[in-house]
Amino acid sequence: MYSQEHLNYLKKIKRNNFTIRLLQVSILVLFIIIWQLLADLKLINTFITSSPKLVLKTIIELHKQDLYVHIFTTIYETIISFSLGTIIGILIASILWWNKTIRKVIDPYLTILNSLPKVALGPIIIIWFGAGIKSIIIMSLLISTIITIINVTTSFNETELDKILLMKSFKANNKQIFTKLVIPSSMNNIISSLKINISMSLIGVIMGEFLCCKKGIGYLIMYGSQVFNLNLVITGIILLCIISAIMYYIVLFIEKKLVHKN
Amino acid sequence: MTKILEIKNIRKKYHTKNEEILAIDNFSYDVEQGSFVSIVGPSGCGKSTILSILAGLIDYDGEINYLNNSKIGYMLQNDCLFPFRTILDNCLLGLEIKKDFQNKDYVLSLIKNYGLEDFKNSYPSNLSGGMRQRVALIRTLATKPDILLLDEPFSALDYQTRLAVSDDIYKILKKENKTAIMVTHDLAEAISMSDKIIVMSKRPGKIKKIYDVKLNNKDLPTNNRKDSKFSYYYNLIWKDIDHNV
Repeated sequence: MYSQEHLNYLKKIKRNNFTIRLLQVSILVLFIIIWQLLADLKLINTFITSSPKLVLKTIIELHKQDLYVHIFTTIYETIISFSLGTIIGILIASILWWNKTIRKVIDPYLTILNSLPKVALGPIIIIWFGAGIKSIIIMSLLISTIITIINVTTSFNETELDKILLMKSFKANNKQIFTKLVIPSSMNNIISSLKINISMSLIGVIMGEFLCCKKGIGYLIMYGSQVFNLNLVITGIILLCIISAIMYYIVLFIEKKLVHKN
Repeated sequence: MTKILEIKNIRKKYHTKNEEILAIDNFSYDVEQGSFVSIVGPSGCGKSTILSILAGLIDYDGEINYLNNSKIGYMLQNDCLFPFRTILDNCLLGLEIKKDFQNKDYVLSLIKNYGLEDFKNSYPSNLSGGMRQRVALIRTLATKPDILLLDEPFSALDYQTRLAVSDDIYKILKKENKTAIMVTHDLAEAISMSDKIIVMSKRPGKIKKIYDVKLNNKDLPTNNRKDSKFSYYYNLIWKDIDHNV
């Protein structure tokens, strides 16, 4: 059984956490109320700024039409490019760990590709791969894969030298060093690169949908701005916030399952 | 006494862009079965390099003969436990690499004998420095090496733990009848644990002198420190080492 002091201490932690949650929720609620209030009092022009009620109305209208097609398309494209980006990224990072020469040779190319704003490649990608889902996924892959390669390679190379020596003193071969030491040691970094990756993929997908395609949240936003329907634009942005939050928490959940707490 | 290891004319050169460094020159020594040999010397004299050579981690010129198929176990200053493996799995690492699944019972008995039974399924982060070092020793012993190479095995520990762990490890090594070659910069540690002490010169590292440590009552390392001849050896070796401060 805990002592009274300890119970008080636990209670204090709980209360602190509760206060933080409460403040977090109130900021959101307050923002929505003020937004609506300003719109009702005609202090802001709802034609440009929309309002919570108008957003809700837009969602209901979309719900009657093709809301889910758009949401599904964006999520589908994001998941495909996220998984592909992660797999390709880790695969290439592994090759670079195995072969120092290749790593040194392609290092400057990686750096250049990483700093290049990928959206600049958009027009070429569309010409080469057509205005469809293929272009969008390639756009997104370009963004997520390169950063994954860089992060994971760095983490692979940070494996403690002493531990590699230890493995070698047991006469471990390269494959054993890689699977028994390098990969598990980098697990935390791989997971955090997944976290970056999920947002990078979403960015890539939306960028792709801006450029082409007739489906997806990015398309909704682009279409909304072209016909000057700001309700649609803001609804799209809010939907994106929700989608990215959900996907982020899914990765967080996977992290909790996979990562051993030291 | 029977020989277990012959080291003949070892020479090691390191190359950097601007120079080549002769780290070790003309190092020859025969190690006797069951003995505890320490190598001391000024920093940078190539003590650790010798262990890396013996462990087969770096190339060298010269000849090394492991007699009677004796096997090597290497233990570093840093315990190098893998944080994502339990204590048991850490101990089994060497066997796993060698794909030797028969010695698991031996490892379990080592864990039990050396007081880690309750921690078998814990992770290294839950163990004290001394216990971690003991796990590292079990991991090394698991593959049943005949010769243990100890590279400053205690220097990461605080002073009191260090004394206790050196007693511990000394007992374990004697009980398992292992030959040990230890590199250290701590003369007291070397004298209290070893049968032989090799003093090396500064770079290029050569053997300067070899001492037979003959204490009055050879006992556990901590008790050896109180031996009347302990300070005699300490003074002798202290004068032998090239101090370049």
